[in-house]
Amino acid sequence: MRTFKIVVLLALVVMLLSACAAPTPTPAPKPTEAPKPTTAPAQPTAAPKPTDAPKPTEAPKPTVAPTKAAEPTKAPEPTKAAAPTSAPAAGGTLKIAILAPLSGPVPTFGVMTRDGALLAIEEWNAKGGVNGMKIQAVVEDSQCTPDPAVNAANKVIDQDKVKFIIGEVCSKASIPVSEIANAKKIIQISPTSTNTDVTVGKDGKAKDYIFRACFIDPFQGQVGAKFATENLKAKTAFIMLDQANDYVKGLAEEFEKAFVKSGGKVVGKENYTAKDTDFSAILAKVAAAKPDVIYLPDYYNIVNLAAKQAKEKGITAPFLGGDGWDSSDLDLKAADGGFFTNHYSPDSTAPEAVAFLKNFGAKYKDAKGNAAVPDALAALAYDATNLMLTAIKDAGSDDTTKVKPALEKISFQGVSGKITFDALHNPVKSATILQVKGGKVSFAAQVAP
Amino acid sequence: MEINLGFLFISTIKIVVVLGYLYALLAVLGHASKWVQIGGLLAAFGIIQLIFSFQPEDAQIINDFDRGLLFQACTMTMVALGLNLIYGFNGQFSLGQWGFYGIGAYAAADITWRWTNNDARGLTGVAIGATLVAVAIFGVRRLIARYKGMPVMSAFTLYLIGTIVACALTMLIAGALDPALKPLFGTKDAPGIFASEWALQIVFFFAVLLAGIVAAEISFLFGLPVLTLGSDYFGIATLGFTIVINTLMVNSDTLLPFPEMKGGRGMIGIPKVTNWFWAFLFLLIVVIVMRNVLHSSTGRAILSVREDETAAKVMGINVADYKLLPFVIGSLFAGLGGGVYAHFIGFLSPGTFDFLVGFNPLIIIVFGGLGSMSGTIFASFGWMFFLEGLLRTILGQFGTEAPTWRFVLYPITLLLLMLLRPQGLLGSAEVGFLRAPKIAARTAASDNPAVTTPVK
Amino acid sequence: MQKANAAQQPSSNRRPGARLAWIGQGFLLLLAIMVVIILGRNLIDNPELFIQIIISGLQLGFVYALIALGYTMVYGIVKLINFAHGDVFMVGAFVSYYAVARFQLHVWPSAFFPDLDPLVTVTLGSLSVILLSMITCAALAITIERVAYKPLRDAPRIAALITAIGVSFFLEFFGALSFVFSPRFIPYQRPFDVVTWYIKDGIYLVEPGKAPPAGSITFSNILLIIAVASILVQVFLQFLVRKTKIGKAMRAVAFDKPTARLMGINVDAIITTTFAIGAAFAGLGGVLYAIAYSSIWSQLGILPGLKAFVAAVLGGIGSIPGAFIGALIMGQAESLTAGYISTPMRDAIAFTILILVLLVRPTGIFGEPEKEKA
Repeated sequence: MRTFKIVVLLALVVMLLSACAAPTPTPAPKPTEAPKPTTAPAQPTAAPKPTDAPKPTEAPKPTVAPTKAAEPTKAPEPTKAAAPTSAPAAGGTLKIAILAPLSGPVPTFGVMTRDGALLAIEEWNAKGGVNGMKIQAVVEDSQCTPDPAVNAANKVIDQDKVKFIIGEVCSKASIPVSEIANAKKIIQISPTSTNTDVTVGKDGKAKDYIFRACFIDPFQGQVGAKFATENLKAKTAFIMLDQANDYVKGLAEEFEKAFVKSGGKVVGKENYTAKDTDFSAILAKVAAAKPDVIYLPDYYNIVNLAAKQAKEKGITAPFLGGDGWDSSDLDLKAADGGFFTNHYSPDSTAPEAVAFLKNFGAKYKDAKGNAAVPDALAALAYDATNLMLTAIKDAGSDDTTKVKPALEKISFQGVSGKITFDALHNPVKSATILQVKGGKVSFAAQVAP
Repeated sequence: MEINLGFLFISTIKIVVVLGYLYALLAVLGHASKWVQIGGLLAAFGIIQLIFSFQPEDAQIINDFDRGLLFQACTMTMVALGLNLIYGFNGQFSLGQWGFYGIGAYAAADITWRWTNNDARGLTGVAIGATLVAVAIFGVRRLIARYKGMPVMSAFTLYLIGTIVACALTMLIAGALDPALKPLFGTKDAPGIFASEWALQIVFFFAVLLAGIVAAEISFLFGLPVLTLGSDYFGIATLGFTIVINTLMVNSDTLLPFPEMKGGRGMIGIPKVTNWFWAFLFLLIVVIVMRNVLHSSTGRAILSVREDETAAKVMGINVADYKLLPFVIGSLFAGLGGGVYAHFIGFLSPGTFDFLVGFNPLIIIVFGGLGSMSGTIFASFGWMFFLEGLLRTILGQFGTEAPTWRFVLYPITLLLLMLLRPQGLLGSAEVGFLRAPKIAARTAASDNPAVTTPVK
Repeated sequence: MQKANAAQQPSSNRRPGARLAWIGQGFLLLLAIMVVIILGRNLIDNPELFIQIIISGLQLGFVYALIALGYTMVYGIVKLINFAHGDVFMVGAFVSYYAVARFQLHVWPSAFFPDLDPLVTVTLGSLSVILLSMITCAALAITIERVAYKPLRDAPRIAALITAIGVSFFLEFFGALSFVFSPRFIPYQRPFDVVTWYIKDGIYLVEPGKAPPAGSITFSNILLIIAVASILVQVFLQFLVRKTKIGKAMRAVAFDKPTARLMGINVDAIITTTFAIGAAFAGLGGVLYAIAYSSIWSQLGILPGLKAFVAAVLGGIGSIPGAFIGALIMGQAESLTAGYISTPMRDAIAFTILILVLLVRPTGIFGEPEKEKA
């Protein structure tokens, strides 16, 4: 037994040596192998700090990035990370992957996202595709969970040879996907992931190939606070938030800052979780605090529950929220009297929004056979897909290194407003305030921050 | 949409190849000659390593998709083997394995995360802490040994006090050591010895080991009182453990002092150090340790507790200890698996450690056969390559609506398999290396533990 | 296992270590004192808020009680943790949604008997919706039992548990397909309106759009309906199990299946009946839950199902009054945690309570000491 153990140990040592020795002499680096600090580029000043040594999973910076030209370009390792550059054959197909949580904890968000993206693809195909290529959608289920999302991303990239990804919905799934996509120079636009870490890397700079279509800027919180103090004349506010959700947390924090700055007082702040259905304990505190306005910047499913329970407890203070409220499934009776910030209003006459509502209803039917009404997720996915395809058209090629600068320069009129990207690949959009009243959502005010 | 039969074919072949590979590995390890064993091991490791190193860019044999599945299957095997030790071999129905997996993942990730951010306190803190807690536990254990028959809650309280004291001491020591270690990282321009790539690899190895030890120590503290419960009550208590741990993860930046874990938003920036060498090594360690434990007198004691507690007690086996031991070892394996996983995916989110996902190891061990290590190994790999590989590939061929059906087909498959083979694929049979070793006539044939029936 | 413990206890009194039992007891006492201090301070600070939180806990607790009954009955008889039960509960909620929103089932009494008192017609309509849900759920449970559990009755217990998990996944994700229930969060249409009262020097109606005065305690008709339904079901089940022939048969089957079979009891039929009764009350719970929280979706059942199961274990699984008491404790624990500690912690606290209770009473509050397993 003892000799056996020694032998096994010996074998392990041999294996260790073989594994570690392998990468040094061979020119082809193993994707799984440790990064080599010796691959620092020739110019000494550009030597990256060692802890930041170019990892094999990190793509070499493209030299075409105009805004990043000042940065030293890391030595282009001869890695497999080089973008798969098949020449764009006219008349070929362009594959776009849609990663959406079709199962897992939030399948409804996944289905809406998929439907929005598919609608955009169908419309482009009807117009003859992009750059003469037919667009083919590859849908994968990523479950709103890191592991399946990684598997789905690897599958579409390696097996289906996709170079453009729309998705994921949840930040916790988008982040690991973004690392893979960025390393392989695959362009990813997440329609709804609000966590800053999705588009921003560890070093605080934007990941080159990752974009998002949703608001994360503090803008909505500020607009909401301004509206509360000026239009609603609110002096006190109660904030309800989900600590684990960046979108909610970001909006709530900005709202609080802006509200306090303009002389208001936050009389209470309570946490809940996304799985909660019973808000009565929190609402009992709200009732006791008697605020002028309740800020609840979460998605409509939470709003439905909380606002309804508040109504039944006789809480009359209006609810105020963000664009997550925008859905056909928002319980209009429960949210009656509430206001929310959004990018567009349903009675807006912007041609994009009108056409989107009409086409979405024509393509998708709900269970009763009526035209389906898209929610914010569908609209954002639709915009994300349109952004991607417009950039591909602008670039005139499906080479991701060319599409990326096109995306950075884009100025696009989407359903959720006019979109341009800032340095961190977040969209810059405008906001309007909508009111829920008498069973419908209507325009309430335009507030400049 | 045209249907590409090639992918389907390849995906099916892949499952067969992976299972064949595992079978060959186990068979060659079970060979009588030491040299064949070493050769086989090296060949098994080498084949895949060579493919990773030398496969051409445009015709990859193992692409990143398969590579991801392979690594996930390795970690899942470690977790599932641990659970099989607890449930299959010892008969304690545990749903807490996923919590220990999470603890391991976060502990290992925190060590290397701090390391790459020029902070050695993660490593020193956990290393000193783990040692001191171990010292405290053994100290209290000797103390308690003097008072026979101490109620378990009292013992637990003493252990808890010991652990808290040890942790407080750790904070002091690690804080005091830090200024001495900090310069070794060097600065941005002049990196110190700790900032080298080799240092990270070594730290990673210790991080994973420590993650396993941390998980084991926590499992000791938790298991001590809870293992006195009856089997289903134990199951629910451990399910509760998984949920409590998950809640702590969600609040790790507010309730716990770990801002780098970022609570529910997920921890980013974990160095992706796991490669085939590390995954294979840790899997091998787990398999060999578990096999040797099971085929020792300890292992027979563990099995006897599963078969009949009263009889085991009569034979002079300390039942409480022999429930605790597999629980601790099983959690250690889960912690190791977590450490390997964290450095493969590079991002941790509490959503991964949700209790609903935590049923997966249980499904795997039941499916592979309770009380069969080989079954667990085959089932982990097969499950991963079926659910995430084959099913994805098949459904991807059938248009945009089909992927929604993945989690409809999966439970149906599960149901059919369970109805057809309720005892699991392999029952309690073992393959090659994992069979009971043939020892000379000294021991009677009757104490061959591999032929016992699974627990009801 | 329990037997081993029981044997250990008396002998341990003679050992030196037994004198140190105070350490563990002191530790538990310390925890208890902490809880009492937190609650007591808040009770004195703001008694109205405290009572309001207790009331919301009651509402949760009564719903959990309805689901917990199914778990506890099934476990008592076949020792199976029926993970699919929470999803049967979800189906109950959806059936009532379709009945109300699509087929307008709840208005049939007023359509047929227009001159009846509206209170009577609404009650009749709602009852028929509930009845439909209960029947559908019972039928579903019988199907599940026949397909997934019955073939495995002689297999290891864990095999049935795995199929239960499989059925649970199936119901959740099959339900999420767009042509079944769809994956959306659907606002639920109630068959009757919610009325809220407040208590402050008497009971008054809360008028819509008008806040009740400060320091008042509000409660709604839903709370009353849920409480009454839950208590009625409790009484009915006690009657069924204690006084009727079928109840006697159930107890016999739970106690010893082979012997019960020898006594001429149709064991399979009894097991199926138990599943059906449990599912019917889960259906009732589903409707009431949907009415109370008025938003439904395909994974609605996971968390309430889990909580109810924990409640059943807390009360002593297999015991019907235990499930009821356990559910009420669970509701209070959640509500008080949400009110006074932090909502995200409420699952953790609920489970900590469960673990502590189990350590003190290893088979739950009302549980009988475990028999040696067959």
